[in-house]
Amino acid sequence: MLTKRIIPCLDVKDGRTVKGINFENLTDVGDAVSLGQHYAQAGADELVYLDISATAEDRATFTQLVERIADGINIPFTVGGGITTIDDAARLLDAGADKISINSAAIRTPELIDQIATRYGSQFVVVAIDARLSTADNLWHATTHGGSRETDRELFSWAREAEERGAGEILFTSMNHDGTRAGYPCDTFARLAEHLHIPIIASGGAGSAKHIAEVLTMGKADAALAASIFHYGETTIQALKQTLHEQGIAVRL
Amino acid sequence: MIAIIDYKMGNLRSVENALKRLGADFVVTADAETIRRADRVLLPGVGNAAEAMHHLRQADLVQTICNLRRPVLGICVGLQVMCRHSEEGDAECMGIFDTRVRRFPTSPTEKVPHMGWNSIHNLDSRLMSGIHGGEHVYYVHSYYPELCQDTIATTRHGLMFSGALKYENFYGTQFHPEKSGDTGERILKNFLTL
Repeated sequence: MLTKRIIPCLDVKDGRTVKGINFENLTDVGDAVSLGQHYAQAGADELVYLDISATAEDRATFTQLVERIADGINIPFTVGGGITTIDDAARLLDAGADKISINSAAIRTPELIDQIATRYGSQFVVVAIDARLSTADNLWHATTHGGSRETDRELFSWAREAEERGAGEILFTSMNHDGTRAGYPCDTFARLAEHLHIPIIASGGAGSAKHIAEVLTMGKADAALAASIFHYGETTIQALKQTLHEQGIAVRL
Repeated sequence: MIAIIDYKMGNLRSVENALKRLGADFVVTADAETIRRADRVLLPGVGNAAEAMHHLRQADLVQTICNLRRPVLGICVGLQVMCRHSEEGDAECMGIFDTRVRRFPTSPTEKVPHMGWNSIHNLDSRLMSGIHGGEHVYYVHSYYPELCQDTIATTRHGLMFSGALKYENFYGTQFHPEKSGDTGERILKNFLTL
């Protein structure tokens, strides 16, 4: 049986991971490869590396880093941040990324999804949607630029369009919940899962193993992505997966 | 020396990296003579089976591969082209494994592509030496090889299919050992020491 995936997310700036406490046996948590290997050994099912650099020089550094990650890590990994053209996607594929994640650029230029999926396959394309529930019209609006700009795109229709254009997975973050550590909007996740045929990765809002268990069951998500609960050592991936297993959720132990 | 066959079917980098991590010597090649002389041959591949067969024919490698007597490992689409036939593009394949490759039926419960970590069972080959039934490996595919007498590992995704196959010196994994953590690394290591 296909297991639910647990995916730590690592933010990278200037070629270094920016969050993260010091784990035992890991001297340099800023080293993206070491931290990734640490998570892989701990049972992470995939990794996501998000480039939060702002400049072109840093983007070049990130590509070199992706090569080192690909050399050193034996599980799949996704890279995201700043991908705006098919050439960006090609560069990261050549560097060894298994998947790329696109967000603002896909909203600006939806054809980018078709282009990348046609050339490299749907399995290579994750479309990330940061959406906020608007009190004005009670609809979820996709946002860009880290949630700072709200668009006219409505979550469900945009996710369906992304799927039809060739997205292989949807990574959905509720901007109402992101950073609150109060749990996920499970009803919305479940509706999204019923609305789509492709896997959904839940992101934003996890404060505990219980929240992750909820979004994987009630929320019908296929995977959960989290950053701070791992980086700050509040739970380990092993402990989280053990908890999920005890609740009857299929995970790779 | 290990030959990784380059027939323009996707990125070979992850397979190369996995062999590097195991400290193995390899060349990436489409040269028939190099492939014939290799101790081990790897046939990776992502993408479309019909297109993969087309590229193998264009490179005039079908007969070369079928005649190999050293261990050969096909991965994902590399395995599929070693079967009799694939529904993907209605492709006549190399016919090394006595089975067909079919598309997963659409189902409300099992998503297609089958993507992620799933368990392997009924393990039956030295390729799987040291691997326990129930260990997980990483899959990404929409087409599956049916069960047959060459099956050496099974996986269930709605229906049960061949996770790995073996016929004489030919092996294939539908999953990606190069992305399957320590379990995958062990399987690749087993292949190198068969």
